[in-house]
Amino acid sequence: MLSLAAVSAGYGSFQALFGVSLEVPQGEAVGVIGPNGAGKSTLMRVISGLLPMRDGSMILDGRSVSGLPAHRMVEQGIAHVPENRRLFPRLSVEDNLRIGAFIPQARQRFAEQLDRVYNLFPRLKDRRDQLAGTLSGGEQQMCAIGRALMSRPKLLLLDEPSAGLAPLVVAQVFELVRRIRAEGLTVLIVEQNVQQVLEVVDRAYLLEVGAIKLAGTAAELKDNSFIRKSYMGL
Amino acid sequence: MDIYLLEAIINGILLGGVLALLALGLNLIFGVIDVVWIAYADIVMCGMYVIYFLYAQYGVPLPLACLIAIVAMAAFGVLVHLLIIAPVLNSPPINQLLATGGLLFFLQSFATLLFGTDFRNIGVRLPILEIATLYISFSRLIAFVVGLVGAIALYLFLKRTYIGTAIRAIAQDREIVGLMGVDQRRIYLVTSAIGGALAGLAACLLALQYDVHPFIGNTFGPVIFMICVLGGLGNMIGGFIASFIISQIIAIGGYYSNIELSYVLAFTFFIVLMFFRPRGIFAR
Repeated sequence: MLSLAAVSAGYGSFQALFGVSLEVPQGEAVGVIGPNGAGKSTLMRVISGLLPMRDGSMILDGRSVSGLPAHRMVEQGIAHVPENRRLFPRLSVEDNLRIGAFIPQARQRFAEQLDRVYNLFPRLKDRRDQLAGTLSGGEQQMCAIGRALMSRPKLLLLDEPSAGLAPLVVAQVFELVRRIRAEGLTVLIVEQNVQQVLEVVDRAYLLEVGAIKLAGTAAELKDNSFIRKSYMGL
Repeated sequence: MDIYLLEAIINGILLGGVLALLALGLNLIFGVIDVVWIAYADIVMCGMYVIYFLYAQYGVPLPLACLIAIVAMAAFGVLVHLLIIAPVLNSPPINQLLATGGLLFFLQSFATLLFGTDFRNIGVRLPILEIATLYISFSRLIAFVVGLVGAIALYLFLKRTYIGTAIRAIAQDREIVGLMGVDQRRIYLVTSAIGGALAGLAACLLALQYDVHPFIGNTFGPVIFMICVLGGLGNMIGGFIASFIISQIIAIGGYYSNIELSYVLAFTFFIVLMFFRPRGIFAR
């Protein structure tokens, strides 16, 4: 569905990604793991169009989407749940979800999609009129994922969905990812929580200092001695 | 209660309606685009000239002249954004201030060049209403009611529509709205058009009460900026409330002394308050 070829990107004179290539097949969940500062969030920002790529190409469903700005990428079917959630804190939960359905094709089916999101997250329905900034961390993550789903995406990008959450909530978030996948959505997820993310994805890439170091199925990576030693502490 | 004091208080409330309209426009633009339109009151001046020439010179019916002025000022707002704001959007704030400040001098000088410094009146004489021994100017009452309706319409637009929600969202997180499929540039243009339209609407209301001349903006400009800062720049509800606080100080001050001193009083109140609430009364 999505394929990146030799993508480079950076900020000013700092280069964060060096020729990254990866594939996200239709209907699969793919993980990108790696240490802090490896360029995982930069990779997500390039895919969603927040950061222009300097080199390389990106193909979505057989069409080139290289160089499209963020607001056009949403129309192509990519929804990005950014690092730290980035909800609109002084908008209500429902307004956050409404703005998630800003693009014309999502507006037409707003009511239907809102029902689906409330089904997935009944807690959000209870708190629909509350300001998003007053939600707990776990609820904010649900709201951020719900907001992304409102655009009816084909591909969902999740950037560190477990960051800053209590262990019990982390388990809930991963359970959610599993459910979203079961609905047939393709997911690309960036995580530092290596052990847990390898339980929910089909395949994963290891990103270190801006380059792909390892790639394989989740099972292969779980058995890889380097990953076990460096990222799972086993 | 003294009947004249009551009259002053009512006049204060009526004045607040128009000031609120202008404060909303300025706050909207600041909140969304993060730029202060120093020349905002001078856009009102341009709108007043449009009404004056259409109605008093060319005999266009007043409601139509007002409508044209509102649309023309909305278009003017878009032009201001495209020609003056967009090129300096990522420049330091001082450069942006100088750019819109330059527009202020440009508009005032240009108006002087074209129309001279004559005071011109559209010549509409509306009756003074007498309600139980109170005298209330009908044109002020209209200005208040229309100002309030404009404010409510803006509120509903921001609350109920997708574009309105995007406008509120962009003021909170400029980058992430892109991920929602919102094109920032388009939202900036819509916001500039609304800001211009509000200035045009204010021009209609003020043309009923005041003569138009190239420097009429100086009468309202400083007061509007004071109101916006007092309410917390970018805070629309704060600005709305602050409009009525300031208009009361001006009206009641004018009752006890004279109108010039009442402005001194209002600015003194503002300066003193800034010591205690430097980010405005309603700062979050």
